[in-house]
Amino acid sequence: MEKQDALHSRRSFLKSSLLSGGGLMISFSALAEFLPSKKLAGPGMPDQWFELTGYIKITPDNVIKILNPNPEFGQNVMTSLPMIVAEELEADWKKVVVEMGPHDSVKLGSQFTGGSNSVRMYWKPLRDAGAAARVMLTEAAAQTWNVPAAEITAKSGMLYHEKSGKSGTYGEFASKAAAIPVPKGVKLKEVKSFNVVGSSQKNVEGLKIVTGKPLFGLDYYKEGMKIAMIHHPPAFGMKLKSFDASEASKMPGITDVFSLKLYEDGFEQAGFDTRTFNDILVVVGKTTWDVMNARKKLSVQWEPIADTKETIRGFRGKQEVVVPAGLETTESQYAKMQERAKEPATVLRKDGDPETAFKNAATIIERTYTAPFLAHNTMEPMNFFADVTDEKALVVGPQQAPGWSEPTLAKLIGLPAEKIEIQMTRMGGGFGRRAYAHYMFEAALISKKIKAPVKLIYSREDDMTYGIYRPMYIATYRAALDANKNLIGFHVKGGGIPEHAIHANRFPAGAVDNYLAEGWELPSNITIGAFRAPRSNFNAAAEQSFLDELAEAMGKDPIDFRLELLKRAKENPVGKNNEYSADRYAAVLELVKEKSGWNKTENKKYNRGVAAYFCHNSYAAHVVDMVKRDGQPYVERVYSAIDCGIVINPESAKNMVMGAVVDGIGNSFYGGLTLKDGAPEQNNLNRYRIIRMREAPQIVDVSFVENGIDPTGLGEPPFPPVFGAVANAVYKTTGKRVYNQPYFNSTISEKFGVAEKNTKQQGDKKLPQPKIKKGRTP
Amino acid sequence: MAVFNLNVNGTKQKVDVDGATPMLWVLRDQLKLTGTKYGCGIAQCGACTIHLNGVATRSCILPVSSIGSKAITTIEGLSELGEHPVQKAWIEHNVAQCGYCQNGQIMAAAALLKNNSKPSEEQIETAMKGNICRCGTYVRIKEAIKSVSRT
Repeated sequence: MEKQDALHSRRSFLKSSLLSGGGLMISFSALAEFLPSKKLAGPGMPDQWFELTGYIKITPDNVIKILNPNPEFGQNVMTSLPMIVAEELEADWKKVVVEMGPHDSVKLGSQFTGGSNSVRMYWKPLRDAGAAARVMLTEAAAQTWNVPAAEITAKSGMLYHEKSGKSGTYGEFASKAAAIPVPKGVKLKEVKSFNVVGSSQKNVEGLKIVTGKPLFGLDYYKEGMKIAMIHHPPAFGMKLKSFDASEASKMPGITDVFSLKLYEDGFEQAGFDTRTFNDILVVVGKTTWDVMNARKKLSVQWEPIADTKETIRGFRGKQEVVVPAGLETTESQYAKMQERAKEPATVLRKDGDPETAFKNAATIIERTYTAPFLAHNTMEPMNFFADVTDEKALVVGPQQAPGWSEPTLAKLIGLPAEKIEIQMTRMGGGFGRRAYAHYMFEAALISKKIKAPVKLIYSREDDMTYGIYRPMYIATYRAALDANKNLIGFHVKGGGIPEHAIHANRFPAGAVDNYLAEGWELPSNITIGAFRAPRSNFNAAAEQSFLDELAEAMGKDPIDFRLELLKRAKENPVGKNNEYSADRYAAVLELVKEKSGWNKTENKKYNRGVAAYFCHNSYAAHVVDMVKRDGQPYVERVYSAIDCGIVINPESAKNMVMGAVVDGIGNSFYGGLTLKDGAPEQNNLNRYRIIRMREAPQIVDVSFVENGIDPTGLGEPPFPPVFGAVANAVYKTTGKRVYNQPYFNSTISEKFGVAEKNTKQQGDKKLPQPKIKKGRTP
Repeated sequence: MAVFNLNVNGTKQKVDVDGATPMLWVLRDQLKLTGTKYGCGIAQCGACTIHLNGVATRSCILPVSSIGSKAITTIEGLSELGEHPVQKAWIEHNVAQCGYCQNGQIMAAAALLKNNSKPSEEQIETAMKGNICRCGTYVRIKEAIKSVSRT
């Protein structure tokens, strides 16, 4: 009886997915593409799936389907997470069908894509799931064959009993296995016996990508669906006052023009419920082009906001935050940061007696670094589909954190979570931007209002001028050297709009006797958020540039200098709570030194910059080889050494690192968003420069430390140190240090930066001048 | 509104739209061919690249009224089963990360290779300069193109 109930509920589950249209439709084509057997190539879908744990479904015909729990935004989890299941399941990877899982936090865990956490957080649960299912199948075979389970071996989706010569497919035992309770604490495989994990496998959606299948939120279509766009204020610090839609409403295809409020007054926002513009003006019509045209006919009055109170219950508990009124301008923001930097700040960490160390110093080196806002500019602009009725809701689109957005969505549309179905599409980039779900909420509220299915689309301009940017940062680093050029004190004081970037317990904390880290923050109405390796993407640039300058002042090789500090941090660490492993940190530096031929004569033709950084539980080091091409600095080659523990899918992991390197070069060279009177000065890709093919390196050589440690993160860690390595290579190439990001965007760094101040610091005259190497044109 | 008879992927298609409508939105909204992507709307990113009589063209600024009898090829028409050499090379080199821009990249690369089977490094860079990949897969895109040119 129990078995039948279980089967029935599984089938109901499948049926509900089928009715909703999205998820299971994908699996039809997945099956057709990945299992070209005649039986499955047609529209026929196996009708009996036996579920073994929430992640695995098997048909009697031995089709093994593994659900990927986490949203895919290019980090390749759609392939790498199921590989982990397949490893312990002893499935034949070539015959596995992968499907994006529905949002189901009970069966599929947190489902959060971000913080370089997908593989790290799912490593154990997915291994457990695979191993448990293998045990259930083995047990089912043991019962059927009437032999001890211990005598049965599992391999490539088959079960074997050697003594009796019996064998069978997983599919033959799936029905029986599904009725066996999921065992806990099953012994997992030894790392050395892995054969799927650690092998390079192709992207399971590769074929769909190159044939233009509708994988993305923007591609989602449902019969009767309307298109909506939002007209938001032209500037931060402004809001909707009134509008006249009489002209716009008459435009072809337009069905509705109205305004609505995202959050009612006093709404308690969760940490990632960031919203920039609360009163939104919505245009709904038949096609995208209709709506785009109608927007031009809107007559709208905007007005300044007053100071606005927000209640946020985030990671730091419940907070009342005041969003200040005002129309901010980049120039005055930089000036304000530099003024504020002179004032006292919060002490974040203090070791020894830094004051005395600096008082007694023979030389003090002080440098200030800045960085502007960055727009994520995912290639696929924000969008979401919603179909909200009084009874239920279906929302489909690109979203990194469905588990975080669901409670807020439920509150906003007045439906309990069990009446809400969230489907996660493949995302056309994320970089942190889609951890925020305002566009999902907006789509749902629009659908509820017009009582029809709707797809909300942000134009590129809407997307780029909405926020949620990487914050602006500034940090001043100071080093105290004694008469023998020993480092006796280290001080960093950082701030930003609206947050500082200082990670007080990271390297070189722990390696210097007298250490002080301080931070301060300036409030702003410019909305900011997570951007690939938040805070680290600034720190790694500033700190690693500073260490390079320090090594030079001390007459040391930049890699050896870092290794010396790490040796100290390992053997006799200063202070408590040091966040990093000095061993793993040193290992990536050693590896990049070896792989790049750091000291080899044939590499002297390059202007080489090095940097290393720890974030998101992983370690990354790069050597950037720069040349002058057409008179301009160009990164021709990069060596990367990464320690992210066990690598699931090496070729894809390399791809991720190569991408992070290119992204880092692009953003460090060109990235930046400026504002005038609250209005972003860049609103499309003709004004916001993104790296293109010609500016990307010829070679990115990626190596991984092989240490058998459980996987840590990979999406973010390689990104931050690129900024530092590039800065250090620029110095070798041009003879000039760069302190302000972006390094080669004259409209930002030269206009607003603090380079002049840096040249006036004490100790500068004692620094050796760099040898400027002649440029080389490839 | 006006009726346009289009030749899309070798099939005659009739659409009734405003003549100023960019081909991108005709493909996506009218014909439900969503392989061609919207990225910027001002011909800066290349995500919307299609072939117009075999020439790589940004469809986001291409009014439907300007097409006439010219043949349109989209990613869906390049090879539905992914058998075009460029598509195969993309899979072989595991190029894609998020994959959103790759349809445009593939269309740009296919047009290049059609006219120049052995492009130089510089010719590849020139042909591909209009296509942004935010994930930064350029190194592999170039490798994939070169692998086709070698065959």
